[in-house]
Amino acid sequence: MTHRLAAAGALLSSAALAIVLAASATAQQAPEQRPVGGPPNPDIGARIRGVPQPPMPAAADKLPVAELKLPQGFKIETYISGVMDARALRLGDKGTVFVSNRNRDKVYAIVTRNGKREALTIASGLDRPNGLAFKDGTLYIAEGTKVSKLEKIEDNLDSPPKPVVIYSDFPDHRSHGWKFMAIGPDNKLYINVGAPCNICEPPATNAQIRRINTDGSGSEPYALGVRNSVGFDFHPVTKELYFTDNGRDWLSEELPNDELNRVTKMGQHFGYPYCHQGDLPDNEFGWGKSCSDYVAPVAKLGPHSAALGMRFYTGTMFPQKYRGGIFIARHGSWNKSTKIGGDVIHVTLNRDGSVKSWEPFMTGFLKDNAYIGRPVDVQPMKDGSMLVSDDYAGAVYRITYSNARTSAR
Amino acid sequence: MKISIRLTRGHGAAPFDWRGRAYGPRLCPPYGAAFALLLCLLAIPAAAQPVQEKLAPCLACHGESGQSQTPDVPSLGGQPAFYLLAQVLMFRERMRAIEPMTTMLKGTSDAELRAMADAIAKLPPPRPEATPAEPGRAERARALIQRNRCNVCHLPNLAGVENVPRLAGQREDYLLKSLRGYKDNSRRGYDTQMADVAEPLSDADFADLAHYLARQK
Repeated sequence: MTHRLAAAGALLSSAALAIVLAASATAQQAPEQRPVGGPPNPDIGARIRGVPQPPMPAAADKLPVAELKLPQGFKIETYISGVMDARALRLGDKGTVFVSNRNRDKVYAIVTRNGKREALTIASGLDRPNGLAFKDGTLYIAEGTKVSKLEKIEDNLDSPPKPVVIYSDFPDHRSHGWKFMAIGPDNKLYINVGAPCNICEPPATNAQIRRINTDGSGSEPYALGVRNSVGFDFHPVTKELYFTDNGRDWLSEELPNDELNRVTKMGQHFGYPYCHQGDLPDNEFGWGKSCSDYVAPVAKLGPHSAALGMRFYTGTMFPQKYRGGIFIARHGSWNKSTKIGGDVIHVTLNRDGSVKSWEPFMTGFLKDNAYIGRPVDVQPMKDGSMLVSDDYAGAVYRITYSNARTSAR
Repeated sequence: MKISIRLTRGHGAAPFDWRGRAYGPRLCPPYGAAFALLLCLLAIPAAAQPVQEKLAPCLACHGESGQSQTPDVPSLGGQPAFYLLAQVLMFRERMRAIEPMTTMLKGTSDAELRAMADAIAKLPPPRPEATPAEPGRAERARALIQRNRCNVCHLPNLAGVENVPRLAGQREDYLLKSLRGYKDNSRRGYDTQMADVAEPLSDADFADLAHYLARQK
């Protein structure tokens, strides 16, 4: 804590610095005194501590499919079960679905052979290989400290080559050390480099979305002040980058909100660690800062809700109101006594790219204030259906819309 | 079970001639990776062994009564079954980098890991260090525990729950090693909570915490 205060002090005016140092000294003299906004009563710990991932995937007949709810006309089915730690989803040109791991070390390819769907391990021994991108036959994998590629992977699913490293210049840290990755309209790889902490003054290498060329060259920060984005996509028309960002923990039950952000030009700063959700200065790092100096989110997505994977929906199977909008998987809160999230929401945009509204789309993962599954990522398919990954139950689900009148269009 | 082991000289290794209990503490780390690897060979094949037999090599180092007498090796008594299962899984999957543990658990099925974790969780919690904590260090540790919310996840009595380990009465050297590992990224947790917690703390903080926690009941 003293270390953190010292880091904060460097940023503050001398008057504020004196207050911080005084507070620090007081803390040392009377260690039992709680700092403002400090730790909660440990008696409610059971309701606000981390939610552990089950150590093994749920059996196919134990998946929560029957309890998941969708608007009328939509159907859900199990796409594949028994995929431990199913995280990011990517679609290959030839229809292969790639699934990543965050806690485990593998990347899977989901294929259908002789009418049977199976998960092939195409890479293993990887370091938190959460981030996936696919372009021109090549699968890119972002690990804790590097990006590698598997060329012509869909032609070699049964004997995949070893991943070839193209970039290895990420800082090494466990906290928010996993990556999300997407290929941009400029054919560059966009990769999240999270803050190495819950809340701290991050090193210049962190708390950003970075982009690199597909040969690993040309690394540059694209968006700044990003605490930990685990989902982004590019607007199908304007090509602007939209990204989710997870708000800090341990501030309070109801604040700050997780964010949906929109990058209108390179180099914009989205506030972390000084300002959260566009209008809430941090109680420690926000002194001497103004929220007006940072880009505010285009939508607040709920406190601690863990808004992760997101995609624009450009298919035609779902009804008109869903087209051109964004689906976002909210993994669900942990640092909150009454849980929220554990759903997939749909965001409707205005013509100018601002957010009109958002509403829950797929719910039911949260039952009696506990999880029966936790959605991580969404992936629209070529036929307009959509996949949803679940790293809690270890499965991928498929959502279809069955109204013949609409889907025939 | 009594067996004798004889290692002969080769590739510059020191000669060993040792008789006695197969899995005695003298075979445990840090007395040499060679011994540990040898144990692993003895532990294989892993399949279809009764759980008690499978646990024998584990408890030789970790302590048959749940209390480790081995430097840097944790006591396992009183640990939550989920935590134990998470650890053996991570060792088997090479997610925690302690090679002898990975080798030892190679080929062990999920069901066997679960049975091992359940059996170990029934061992009694370890006895805390007999010497009382130094008052100044205890006071600093208590403040650290409150400020860093250790008592939220590890519970107010520090007994642990689910994937969160028991801290009370754990070996001081192991606690210190673990905290340092979380800070320098060499120790991987089941989730990243400890990486968040350890990041702003100093080595002196870790020493005070380890000193205090090892003396809690």
